[in-house]
Amino acid sequence: MEHTSLLERILRGIALTLVVIFFMFPIVWIFMMSFQTNETILRIPPQLVFKPTLANYTALITGKLTTAAGTLDIAFMRNLWNSVFLSVTSVAVALLLGVPAAYAFARHKFRGSEDIAFTLLSFRFAPALLVLLPLTLYFQKLGLANTYIGLIWVYQLICLPLILWIVRGYFEDIPADIEYAYRIAGHSWFATFRKIALPLAGPGIAAAGLLAFIFAWNNFVFALVLASADKQPVTVGALAFITSSGIQYGQISAAIVLSITPTLALALYAQRYLVEGLSLGAVKG
Amino acid sequence: MSQSALTISGVDKFYGPIDRGVHAVQNLTMEIDRGEIVALLGSSGCGKTSTLRMIAGFEEVSRGTISVAGRKVHTLPPVKRNVAMAFEGYSLYPPLTVRENMAFALKAAKLPKSEVDAKVASIAKLLEIEDILERYPSSISGGQQQRASLGRALIRKADLHLLDEPMGQLEPQLRAVLRGRIKHFIKERGLTAILVTHDQTEANALADRIAVMEGGVLQQFDTPDMLKQRPANLFTGTFVGEPPMNVFEAYVGTAADKINLRLPDGLSLDYDKDAFSGSVRDELLKRERVVIGIRPYAVRRSKDGVPATVSANQWLGDQTHIAADFAGGSLVLVEHDRTRLELGAPINISIDPKNLHVFDQSSGMAISHGMELA
Repeated sequence: MEHTSLLERILRGIALTLVVIFFMFPIVWIFMMSFQTNETILRIPPQLVFKPTLANYTALITGKLTTAAGTLDIAFMRNLWNSVFLSVTSVAVALLLGVPAAYAFARHKFRGSEDIAFTLLSFRFAPALLVLLPLTLYFQKLGLANTYIGLIWVYQLICLPLILWIVRGYFEDIPADIEYAYRIAGHSWFATFRKIALPLAGPGIAAAGLLAFIFAWNNFVFALVLASADKQPVTVGALAFITSSGIQYGQISAAIVLSITPTLALALYAQRYLVEGLSLGAVKG
Repeated sequence: MSQSALTISGVDKFYGPIDRGVHAVQNLTMEIDRGEIVALLGSSGCGKTSTLRMIAGFEEVSRGTISVAGRKVHTLPPVKRNVAMAFEGYSLYPPLTVRENMAFALKAAKLPKSEVDAKVASIAKLLEIEDILERYPSSISGGQQQRASLGRALIRKADLHLLDEPMGQLEPQLRAVLRGRIKHFIKERGLTAILVTHDQTEANALADRIAVMEGGVLQQFDTPDMLKQRPANLFTGTFVGEPPMNVFEAYVGTAADKINLRLPDGLSLDYDKDAFSGSVRDELLKRERVVIGIRPYAVRRSKDGVPATVSANQWLGDQTHIAADFAGGSLVLVEHDRTRLELGAPINISIDPKNLHVFDQSSGMAISHGMELA
């Protein structure tokens, strides 16, 4: 048993509380703002006690934004759906491509394999804005601008390297002999990949997928440039709350709450895998 | 129809590009008969595991051919080679119980359940793992995992059973018992097994023939007795046998009707010319320098022998190991009785020419063993 004195426990409690407050405060504040009108939000000094209103959520869900200057149409629910669709599809495509590639990089050292793997990683180094300009021109020529396919394709820049590198580390952690044992017992390498390697790397794949999902969900700049209103995810859609008659803080807050809910729920659910998967993949030299 | 279970001919293994990479196995040629147990013996990095993995199909053969039961297999994938293997790292499937791990290949081969159960039960009994059959690999000890892994290999019907360090993790008592049982099991079923080990006791106990490897080169492939009695070269001579053979460089000289083997420090082993057989004497006299080898069991103490000084004396419970400073080096002798000798005590040793191994000084190849030419 670990022995801790009372003082140590109290100090530890205080330290933990401070850390939690530091990280949770913005989210709590936003959560509170989402139930207030612009007037109560902007009051100085800020009020902790207020009369909650669901007007912000109603506006988002009905798509009618009432401001001092009149009623505006906003496509928030559409944006939310776009976010879900783009992120899920991108991660699915990235998993489909990245997991077999990661396996190949982990198990088969071929000429140039390290270079190719590194090139794929280097996609993450490129400043998005620098890539975007030429990409926009190409996409317009190819007819991919403002299409889901085009966006999902570009999202691979975010998801694919992430999945590839995390899952690769995970595959490398599986002793090759386990697979050999399976193969020598009369199975093809593909059966081995499916029945041995994939299940054993499962937590890592889940973690990588989840992380890629969060990155894709939070992406702003690709969608800003390459998508018009009806294809935009929430990150870009939130710009609509900056109206001619002022910034709609209440609605923005409600939108934030709604848009972080899916990722937050997913992360909480898969927290265990995430920590395990990332730490195991990361310690590989 | 050949009787050969495995034929390896002219096999090279390079890690990296051919002829430029690390030459792990060099021009290996071996033939193993059906029903034979062969041990690949050598220190780490000698190429024994590479050889085994080439037979199994996990490593590519850089040059040469490998045939199992008359079929050329070196280009086939592991699944088509019909060999079974026990891995040094156990490599059990984590999500399966020990029973499922062992029954795995049999189920894949579509054997009826009753037969699978019977086989698992008999192997489990043989390896003393009946009590852990329902447990998962992560919850059992290394020794148990090793036995499960060995069981998984032995349970299969295959042309060849490859066992990589199959008993390294077992406790000494259990190891001794299992060696006997496994040997009996393999012989009874007429299986052919290749065993990789660095433990010569294990190789001696299990194998019909032992292939001694060093630096990727097969040094000698012979029965345990022959390896001891007629080592082909200096490496096998010093590698096989415990404690190892004593070796000294000697100048060959003659005086009157004597042959002198002159050692460093002005010492000399003098023998009557007639003490050697004619052919051995001729070979000896052809050379100026040789290396002589003598097993610790064959060194005798005698009043008129060559002087040496005791540097260590250990009673191991059934024999005494005495180390002595001798001829600028160290010499070990073994006696079966408890010998009381103080450190620094002077002793005189003599070596019967019948027990003398003579090696070529430059190539290390054996010249003679006792009265016979190599």
